[in-house]
Amino acid sequence: MSKGVTAMTKVNPDFIKKVATSGEFNATACMNCGICTAVCPMDIELLPRKLFRYTLLGLEDKLLENTNIIYQCLLCKMCEENCTADVHIAENVRFLRSYISKEVFKL
Amino acid sequence: MPLPIDDVIGLMIDNLKKRKTVFPIPYRRATGWADGLNIPEGGKTVIYTGSMYQLLPYMIAAVKNMELVEDSFLGKFVFMGRFFNKMFNVSAFVSIPKKADVKRYKQIVYNIAKLLKKAGVEFGYLYRKELYAGTLAYDLGVDDAFRIQAKRVYNLLKENGVSTVITVDPHTTNIMRSVYPTIIDGYDIEVKSYLEVLATSDNLQPLHSVEKEITIHDSCVYARHESIIDEPRQLLKRAGYTIKEPKDNKALTHCCGGPIESIFPKMSHTIGKNRIQQFKDITNGGAVATMCPICMASLKKASGDGLEIEDISSFLVKAFCD
Repeated sequence: MSKGVTAMTKVNPDFIKKVATSGEFNATACMNCGICTAVCPMDIELLPRKLFRYTLLGLEDKLLENTNIIYQCLLCKMCEENCTADVHIAENVRFLRSYISKEVFKL
Repeated sequence: MPLPIDDVIGLMIDNLKKRKTVFPIPYRRATGWADGLNIPEGGKTVIYTGSMYQLLPYMIAAVKNMELVEDSFLGKFVFMGRFFNKMFNVSAFVSIPKKADVKRYKQIVYNIAKLLKKAGVEFGYLYRKELYAGTLAYDLGVDDAFRIQAKRVYNLLKENGVSTVITVDPHTTNIMRSVYPTIIDGYDIEVKSYLEVLATSDNLQPLHSVEKEITIHDSCVYARHESIIDEPRQLLKRAGYTIKEPKDNKALTHCCGGPIESIFPKMSHTIGKNRIQQFKDITNGGAVATMCPICMASLKKASGDGLEIEDISSFLVKAFCD
């Protein structure tokens, strides 16, 4: 395996199950085109496409490494307004917050 | 180092669970705006403030203190504030508002009610009973606490025979109109923004001439979540103002940065400054109309003294009311 290929990352099947059964997270239509990143007023390179990819792949550790970024999203929906695949980006980010609030922060 | 997210959110959510609002304030500070307006208590149609404008002076004060703590070792001790806040209202000590801010935000809600009266709208107010709608808990993804608050609000409206609410800010409008129906079975409350109500009223005609250029700042929530874009423009035009549009406007409006201010104050400020630059590109020391308390606070802070940033109701009241 070459060095750059998601080494040291573990898939968490429980995480996939929780995401899949939630009914609230849906990013399967994302084509990874990058428009969301280009228009984000926060200029956050990671949001939202990479986070969504981590989530769909069950890479919970990678997702939680980026907790700060998940909370930096303004939920302003500029990305959603421009998304060509009609992904409910803001609701997905909110879902990730909801997951962290419950599973990590125990709120 | 950024503020500890879990403790900052935890503190606000503890308040919501225990004190029914994220920032507990004396009830007279929440209801005092209605003094002298003779608004009846309750009724089928009520103005619903969700205390958003009234809370802002306290949030401004709290954020100022959080900025001092952000990036310092003191940030590590936020957990202690959360611990003691469970016993007594610590947030009251860290968020002592400026009198001028209290007066400014109170005046906005007063102006909105005055405009509704001028338009011939009949409405009541729930006064002390009114509750915070739970916006912050929803945005931060604390769903259990949000659901509890949403049900509290819905029960309050039903117990008081309310069927229509007129909201005064975009966040409460969005939460009560578009989010509550997704989590409350049989939700049957009609929710209108005061801007929508005023825009459809023929009674509202200008009494005073106001020849002025106003740059409009659309709220992300009104424009992209609730499609409220034309109404503020119709009202400003009817009042006699000339509207100037910044580079990012309407459905593509630029966020003020405010939504992340409670956790990332400095980053929020940078976003606000970017938006201010868009205003400065088209107006020199001119007036900017906001329609959200969070936008107004963020943009005022980012602009310094360079621009006249006021809530849209402040401009409308000058034209339409005595």
